[in-house]
Amino acid sequence: MRLTELFERGEFVVTAEVGPPKGINIDHLIEEVNTYLKGRVTAVNVTDNQSSVMRLGSLATCKAFKDEGIPPIFQVTCRDRNRIALQSDILSAAMLGIDNLLLLTGDHTTLGDHPQSKPVFDLDSVSLIHAVKQLESGVDIAGNELVGEPPKFAKGAVVSPCSDSVDVQLAKMEAKVKAGADYFQTQAVYEPEKFIEFMEKAKQFGVPVMLGVVIPKSVGMVKFMNANVAGIHVPDHLIEELKKDKEKTKAGITGVEITARIIKECKDYCDGLHIMALGWESKVPDILTLAGL
Amino acid sequence: MLITQLKSKDAIASLAQGKTFVINCHGCKEVYFPEHQADELQKELAAEKDITEIMTRDYICNPDHLQLQLEKYMDKVKDADTVLVCSCGVGVQTVAKYLEEKRVFSGCDTYPLPGFQGVTPQALDCAQCGECYLNYTGGVCPITACSKSLVNGQCGGSKNGKCEVDKDMECGWERIYRKLEKLNKLDTLKHPTKVRDYKKPFDFSTKDGE
Repeated sequence: MRLTELFERGEFVVTAEVGPPKGINIDHLIEEVNTYLKGRVTAVNVTDNQSSVMRLGSLATCKAFKDEGIPPIFQVTCRDRNRIALQSDILSAAMLGIDNLLLLTGDHTTLGDHPQSKPVFDLDSVSLIHAVKQLESGVDIAGNELVGEPPKFAKGAVVSPCSDSVDVQLAKMEAKVKAGADYFQTQAVYEPEKFIEFMEKAKQFGVPVMLGVVIPKSVGMVKFMNANVAGIHVPDHLIEELKKDKEKTKAGITGVEITARIIKECKDYCDGLHIMALGWESKVPDILTLAGL
Repeated sequence: MLITQLKSKDAIASLAQGKTFVINCHGCKEVYFPEHQADELQKELAAEKDITEIMTRDYICNPDHLQLQLEKYMDKVKDADTVLVCSCGVGVQTVAKYLEEKRVFSGCDTYPLPGFQGVTPQALDCAQCGECYLNYTGGVCPITACSKSLVNGQCGGSKNGKCEVDKDMECGWERIYRKLEKLNKLDTLKHPTKVRDYKKPFDFSTKDGE
């Protein structure tokens, strides 16, 4: 089921993100997803060598999820493959019945565990969306015809609503919409007022936007994100809240409460929710219950 | 070594809007510049367009030299609506940086030639991609100013205007956006999706200076 069909029906779509392991055994991952996410979220994003760290592939993991009855969203970045490989993998996804995509530029190779590798970026997020749109119309990005029925996807993209250059991000978002993006998942939001302000401007594009959240696990983690992660700013009052009761924070309760509160404040302004639990998948059901979803 | 090739007459004519000040750079020993073609094309252009001055120099990529050479033309430069630069990508960027408030356009595409690479005299760089993007990007090169050489806008990796690869490096797309904003030319970004042609730099031998 493509996410676009759910948005068209007016559903508030909830997704979560998981990362494949650095190895070939995914029993633990499948178990986590079956226990905490299946039935509570509509689909599960599978990251593509997240943070430029080499891992098990997104496509293979997506297939494994699909076989378990968990609808996957195939994340595809432009960092590691040229346009031939990207289009080929996207056709492979369609052949395997995977019809939800999230199309990104990708982190630079120097940020990951293979900093010596060649950064590809033959296409970027916008031209990748354009390429998929071409495939859907029965030709590849070079204009060569596909044989038989063309694929059909829900083409997702990302945007950073709390970026310090939100106007530059909105220009890129517009380029993605024009290229054919069907829905957006956002970078993590910790400042609902900024998100609401962003949505006021983004609604002109008429494309569904899913609020992105990352569960704040500890003071150290949020300080790290503030210093190093683009598009994320955790305000001081939330850092204080995490500091206040160390045991409660350590148990994950503070992070769950903060996340649920952000969702409640933002959900009337957007079309869905995307939870990036970063290993804390077990907290997702509590967050959804607390947020009334 | 590199070759600067003039864009087509139609392309150049469409760039020369309003009063136009033309700068030609006959370059350095690293560059082949099509002097005679430029001369002829600019004569034709002058018949149809409002060309207020044609200044021909060398080494306009040297900011001090450029400043000195432009000094006596500054009234005309200030009065111009467009500054059209026929040079390699470094020269265009140097002019765009110096004349921050002006619409600076590139009249050339820059191609590589095998051989010894000249010294780039400053932080600005030209990758000799063969399809100059400077006219879309306010004279800031997305190929060399962006770590990922993105041609359709900023990625999600910019924080406080700096690049995810190096916190001391300005985000190229932040620079492009702010420059276009200053020129009141943000609409320039609303172009159809750009897809880079990596075959371009190797295509030069098939061209005949059109």
